[in-house]
Amino acid sequence: MYIGASRQKRVALVVFLAPAVFSLILFYLVPIFSSLVLSLLEYDPLKPTSEISFVGLRNFIEYFKYKDMRNQYLHVLYYLVLYIPLVLATSMTEAMLLNRSFTAKAAYKVMLYLPVVSSWVAVALIWRWLLHGEYGIINIMLRAVGIHGPSWLNNKQWAMPAVVLAAVWKDTGYYTLIVLAALKQIDINYYEAARIDGASPFKQFRFITLPLVSPTMFLLLVINVIAGFQVFESIYVMTEGGPAGATRVPVEQIYRNAFTYYKMGYASAIAWVLGAVIIVATIFQFQLEKLWVRYES
Amino acid sequence: MKANRIVLRIVLYLFISFLALLSLLPFFWMVSTSLKAREAIYAIPIQWIPKEPSLEAYRAIFHLTNIDFVRGFINSVFVSVLLTLLPLLSSAMAAFAFAKIEFRGKRVLFSTFLLTMMIPGTITMIPNFITLRLLGLLNTYTALVLPALSSSMGIFLMRQHFIKIQDEYLEAAIMDGASLYRLFFTIVLPLAKPVLFTMGLFNFMGAWNNFLWPLIILTQRKKWTLQLGLANLGSNFYNYQHYQMAGALISIIPIIIVYLISQRYVEQGLSTGGLKA
Repeated sequence: MYIGASRQKRVALVVFLAPAVFSLILFYLVPIFSSLVLSLLEYDPLKPTSEISFVGLRNFIEYFKYKDMRNQYLHVLYYLVLYIPLVLATSMTEAMLLNRSFTAKAAYKVMLYLPVVSSWVAVALIWRWLLHGEYGIINIMLRAVGIHGPSWLNNKQWAMPAVVLAAVWKDTGYYTLIVLAALKQIDINYYEAARIDGASPFKQFRFITLPLVSPTMFLLLVINVIAGFQVFESIYVMTEGGPAGATRVPVEQIYRNAFTYYKMGYASAIAWVLGAVIIVATIFQFQLEKLWVRYES
Repeated sequence: MKANRIVLRIVLYLFISFLALLSLLPFFWMVSTSLKAREAIYAIPIQWIPKEPSLEAYRAIFHLTNIDFVRGFINSVFVSVLLTLLPLLSSAMAAFAFAKIEFRGKRVLFSTFLLTMMIPGTITMIPNFITLRLLGLLNTYTALVLPALSSSMGIFLMRQHFIKIQDEYLEAAIMDGASLYRLFFTIVLPLAKPVLFTMGLFNFMGAWNNFLWPLIILTQRKKWTLQLGLANLGSNFYNYQHYQMAGALISIIPIIIVYLISQRYVEQGLSTGGLKA
């Protein structure tokens, strides 16, 4: 576009870009490098600067020797394995239902979306109460059908599935609307043609719906793996990593080391290990992409 | 055939109603618990609707000595408005530059913004805390706003909208002697009202529910937002579920109202950009 005299343009350009670029540099670009440097230091912000020392790879070595590290990654993998299939299945189901036309659909959409707009803190408190071992409504209902429910969040075996349950409840509505948008893109003629050829509803789902929403599902999978590896808020408010460390995850470890023990160098090292794991997992998924994702030509 | 369709319809309604029920039941139980007295929350058989409704919990949580809910509410409103408007303005300005002004290094800079979306927040968290501490900005709301000014998603989405504005339209205004700033505020922004509103809405919901970053930055209780107060209530009054549910309700109601008023835009935002609420 043609825009006025060049001097006026240069000044305006700086004005328009300054706030965003300032923030980009100071809070995104510089931190990548400073965090790398930090991971090689022993740094406690409460101590005088003279006590900062360069320790090389010691933070990383210490972390790899830390015996709970493996457990934390196992916990986060457990979370991912439970959460992702569940949330994708529930949102796919909801989206397929909402893709039909029926009265009061808008009202249903609102009801299904309410958990998404609620904060994790509020959701965690609600679910802690629902999952209460003695007076929780879930166990009371289970008791009515003769099942003695566990004390979910105080039970090493059940704490993580319980957190996943709350997370699926909270997030389904969000992914439903995204999948729904993808479903609406599908050309109705495909289904017409399939019906004429006598394809069953299941076959239509398997050979039309699923391939055509696969790019969206792939995107959701990638996003969810990245976010899932960094799961923290839900766990922090629901269990604080307990009981007996059964729901401890890497970000909880980063938070604890950085902001409770003020071991910021060590915490940065943990963060970089996690960052590397996330990058590898993401690359891996893009490798697998061509096996199951179908893009329309 | 016709009977078949009716059956199908009934199944559909039953199924979706069941899902809606699952979605609403926890909220219902929250409201119900918050209106009970202490003995009633542990009553068995359970009271779906409180037999003797009580406002005990609401009275109590507004008179706690260590958590000031009124203040938390006001702080949350203030912070959320800041975190809605300022990032919106900064990203609209940048998006305008990317959409309509030619300059060297534009592509590189724009790609850099997009790439930052892939940096895990856990990596930037610690250096950002240190930077803000060195700047003396701990316990200030400025520390919440500054990192949000470069919202890559916002810049990306708004640029897409600004690009669609016809160049001739803007050039004509420039011929008439309008400055770039006037162009931006009087022509570009008004044309992009729907996308601004959608972005603002998502900013607001994100800000209202924000927890981890405020938890790190705001250590003074008088600066606490509602979510921080609520989390504290949850750990200090572990066995006072009616208090917790009353607090949760107070934190959820405003955001639900905002959502109900503007849900059309929420769906629009999700179907175009996949915004994170």
